[in-house]
Amino acid sequence: MGVKTATGAPARLPGADATGRGSLWIWLNKRLPIGEFIESQLIGYYAPKNFNIWYFFGSLALLVLVMQLVTGIFLTMFYKPGELTSFDSVEYIMREVDYGWLIRYLHSTGASAFFIVVYLHMFRALLYGSYRAPRELLWLIGMLVYLALMAEAFMGYVLPWGNMSFWGAQVIVNLFGTIPGIGKPLVEWIRGDYGIADATLNRFFALHVAAIPLALLLFVMLHLVALRQTGSNNPDGIEIKARLGPGGKPLDGIPFHPYYTVKDIVGVGVFLVLFALVVFFKPTLGGLFLEAPNFEPANPISTPEHITPVWYFTPYYALLRAVPDQRMGALLMLLAVVSFFFLPWLDRSPVKSMRYRGWISRTALALFVVAFVALGYLGLQPATGAYVVLARIFAVLYFAFFWLMPFYTLIDPVRPVPERVTYHAH
Amino acid sequence: MRTELAPGARAGRAAAVLAAALTAAALAPGVGAAEEGAGSAESAGKPGADWESWRADNEVSDMASLQRGARNFVSYCLGCHSLKYERWSRLGQDLEIPGRLLQADLLPPGDQPTEYIQTSMPAADAQNWFGKTPPDLALMARARGGDYLYQLFKTYYVDPTRPTGANNLRLPNIAMPHVLSELEGLKRAVFRDVVRHGEGGTEIHEQVFDHFEQIAPGRLGAAEYDGFVRDTVNFLDYVGEPTQTARRALGIWVVLFLLVFSWLAWLVKREYWKDVH
Repeated sequence: MGVKTATGAPARLPGADATGRGSLWIWLNKRLPIGEFIESQLIGYYAPKNFNIWYFFGSLALLVLVMQLVTGIFLTMFYKPGELTSFDSVEYIMREVDYGWLIRYLHSTGASAFFIVVYLHMFRALLYGSYRAPRELLWLIGMLVYLALMAEAFMGYVLPWGNMSFWGAQVIVNLFGTIPGIGKPLVEWIRGDYGIADATLNRFFALHVAAIPLALLLFVMLHLVALRQTGSNNPDGIEIKARLGPGGKPLDGIPFHPYYTVKDIVGVGVFLVLFALVVFFKPTLGGLFLEAPNFEPANPISTPEHITPVWYFTPYYALLRAVPDQRMGALLMLLAVVSFFFLPWLDRSPVKSMRYRGWISRTALALFVVAFVALGYLGLQPATGAYVVLARIFAVLYFAFFWLMPFYTLIDPVRPVPERVTYHAH
Repeated sequence: MRTELAPGARAGRAAAVLAAALTAAALAPGVGAAEEGAGSAESAGKPGADWESWRADNEVSDMASLQRGARNFVSYCLGCHSLKYERWSRLGQDLEIPGRLLQADLLPPGDQPTEYIQTSMPAADAQNWFGKTPPDLALMARARGGDYLYQLFKTYYVDPTRPTGANNLRLPNIAMPHVLSELEGLKRAVFRDVVRHGEGGTEIHEQVFDHFEQIAPGRLGAAEYDGFVRDTVNFLDYVGEPTQTARRALGIWVVLFLLVFSWLAWLVKREYWKDVH
């Protein structure tokens, strides 16, 4: 289409317009604004040019979401929900369905990968103040994605109907029983039976494959729409829209497409290498991604030695067990998740990015990360002796990060923020 | 093969159990009383003292080992245990056992190759005889791990207080008799008395395993028995995930492709980003 004739006029293919696009393209765009969408949302969308490695995880989360949907659809073709069929059908997939083992491992590893990229994506927001005005709603919608993801993962974990599935469901569903007054009938209503049983398994299947994925897709779409409205934050925490060039475009921005599409594809490649190493060489990851007790069928009269959730829930599980009272523990767990929602209003620092914050904010964030990881480790250990004491110490650190934030961010010695983003061309 | 071997094996086993009970009864006073207060004794050089650190170290790509393991399973395990997710034909295919040999040596009479590997022992009878139905072993290696199974097969010892005459360090009070005793021979477990001081100055005596003593030889030497167990564990590891060898083989190509893809993607990115200043 860029070919020129001898006279210098661009050569046109039959049926092409001045831009060289064919008549089918014109026909389509008169009926559906595809070109307009690409122009305004991908090429016309300017993103800050100083994104670093932390900015890969949004697109990777989207990739994992699509992968989970596709592998999940194939799994449902062979999986048979039911007390008597679930476990056997998963083994049937693993052994007798062509490449069933691959689909299943992609899905099970994908669940853990989803949490890894989402946790890193959230850490990025904490690091550069991406939850701050004007992106409060973007952050809140992101938290809804996280909540939906937790529900999706929990119910998906129950479906293979292994012994850990069963007992995990037992523990988590019973948490609703700690709600005063309505607790007991509520738990029965959730289970659809007097114990975790066939009815529970089937409704979890319905929620896992239809209801929650729809909610997830809706929240993810809203998350992207909100992002396009405010524009991305960046490692310097500067609003690039504040400095516009002659064309009305941000001086420090570059078109999302092609610059960030080609960059994100590199991230996809590196991510998939790591992902494939797990799927093909270490699919259980030493019992972290697939737990050994889950290779035994659900057995209501045989409790696994230690009931632990999968690693991505263990920080909250450690909080649950850090206090002797179950109701208090459940409240603590709830508060641990809900605290994230308040971040945009807890943070009083005059600057967004950690790059220009002082030692107090930096120490607080570092301690929070240590507490989160340590609680994650403790959630995998038995709740005895020194483990409980440690869990309590880290619980205090965890909550101090959030609820002391209005105070320590005010006295934090911040540094001046530059007017333009820092970027060094390679 | 099974019809020929099984009765002999069963008779041998019964005799072994009986012998075990008698021998152990004679030795019983020695059990537990030995080496009193030897809590600080060195464990080095004592057979079996380090059993908890034993590793199966099996290699699922070792086809000969898998074939021997399949033979062992059919001879010694199939009488009570099933592999309900594994078909005979799949076993023959994966372990490169020709159909003729599979039919002649492994397949129980009357079973079709397309059938799943099932024991002929009725579950209700098993429940009566052993107090529990012998578990299916198709996923046992995945649920418990190869090291667990290896340690289980190697830490049986004579215990006249048990109905089967045998006990186990890995799974104390195990319901399964020591079916491999004719191969391994019989071991006595020597315990030592360890005194712990509880609350209020009370003394708590605990029996801690110290070492094994071989009291009757088996048909196999120690190294041969070790190989026998390792092959059997290797086979159960394979049955736990029959696709694992294919998985690793495919994985190498996928990772290589992704590395090349990432490198090309990086070249494209670098070219585009030359415009950004």
